[in-house]
Amino acid sequence: MKRVVITGAGTINALGRNVADTLEAMREGRCGIGELEFHDVERLSIRIGGQVKGYEPEERFNRQQLALYDRFAQFTLIAAREAIAQAGLEFSGELATRAGVVLGNSGGGMTTLDENYRSVYEAGKNRVHPFVVPKLMNNAAASHVSMEFNLKGPSFTVSTACSSSNHAMAQAFQLVHGGATPVMVTGGSESMLCFGGVKAWEGLRVMSRDACRPFSANRNGMVQGEGAGVFVFEELEHAQKRGAEILAEVAGFAMSSDASDIVMPSKQGAARTMCGAMRDARIDAAEVGYINAHGTGTAANDKTECAAVADVFGAHADKLMISSTKSMHGHLIGGTGAVELLACIMAVRDGVVAPTIGYEEPDPECALDVVPNVAREADVKVALSNAFSFGGLNAVLALRRFE
Amino acid sequence: MDIKDRVIRIIAEQAVLDPSDVTMESTLEDLGIDSLGLVESIFAIEEEFDISVPFNANAPNESDFDISSVASIIQGINKLVAEQS
Repeated sequence: MKRVVITGAGTINALGRNVADTLEAMREGRCGIGELEFHDVERLSIRIGGQVKGYEPEERFNRQQLALYDRFAQFTLIAAREAIAQAGLEFSGELATRAGVVLGNSGGGMTTLDENYRSVYEAGKNRVHPFVVPKLMNNAAASHVSMEFNLKGPSFTVSTACSSSNHAMAQAFQLVHGGATPVMVTGGSESMLCFGGVKAWEGLRVMSRDACRPFSANRNGMVQGEGAGVFVFEELEHAQKRGAEILAEVAGFAMSSDASDIVMPSKQGAARTMCGAMRDARIDAAEVGYINAHGTGTAANDKTECAAVADVFGAHADKLMISSTKSMHGHLIGGTGAVELLACIMAVRDGVVAPTIGYEEPDPECALDVVPNVAREADVKVALSNAFSFGGLNAVLALRRFE
Repeated sequence: MDIKDRVIRIIAEQAVLDPSDVTMESTLEDLGIDSLGLVESIFAIEEEFDISVPFNANAPNESDFDISSVASIIQGINKLVAEQS
């Protein structure tokens, strides 16, 4: 089997317009969550989110592109451009026919849906722009990345709610690991911060009105974010032959289903998936120095996840660090695992563990080292990235420092 | 602005050309407008004149709307505006 490394990373999210700015914000424990700004926000009871502010699409895309790209596709392309530029790859000839793009996404072009429903239902218009369908389809982002970079290999979109990006990256890993292709572009994106998107989430009563405080006893719910994270997964020898800079090794992954409840998390499901990822990566539990938690800041997730970590790691659970960067960038739903993988890269490559900010009161049910409020320098060789979605579909990735 | 100038302005915008570069004899192909550009132009025309254009992208030649040149499009719009207003 082939070893798989990451040779490019790109992002745009509430913390920054690129990887360097995002990692700096994570190191400084900055909060990207603030007042939401969009049409009809005053009709919402939840008015905060990790929104990408001051973003001018016209600076990145021409008029024809903007007519076709929903916000989630724009974010994806911005992240993909950064990742592929860093990897220094050009896709032509045989490489172009083998390399593909697998992305995670949950809501598709939610802004496009929202605007057009508004126009036909509220404004009573009987005509919508002809590109509504190509803009809102979940695979639009993957297709546009494929077109912009000439990626003609296996390409598709994975939709498993909050695990979408991790499932997508697991697929990309498998394709490179198994030798089907030397390179895959992968990650995910989301942009649901519009009236209809947030209104739907309000209904579940799991959203916080003031802050995302994972693991803190006074936590009161999740906060949504938006953006994208995109990576270049490359076969090790292929990367070494061309002298590419290697950010980290993707060591393995596991996927599972709780098969129990449409919204409540399962300790057994989370535990099985973390164990599976370590088994797949041939990693001993004691080697894991950092876990980027799913850590949504809801009562149910955080205590269940901590209990699962305690079960899986036993005494080592008290030695490892576990943090939720959702406290800073919000929950990017289908794009969240991709942005969170950046924190794992920072841990294994730079030896800096991103904090859980907004942490105010210890919770005996979350009695782990959650790296409260301040980033920490640490020698982390292996990191896990957890994603446990609504619907009980779990995906955990294992990252190893490349030496 | 009369109907002809308004249609030419829409087509020119779609083709990213100056309206003076769009002649009555031009075909959409000459102007570099592809199938997506065509449906977008028809949408813009419907919005501009508040009319409904009977055009099916599956069978352009069978539609009761001739898109073979700028002149034929303008002629069709003139007829639709007269019928539907």
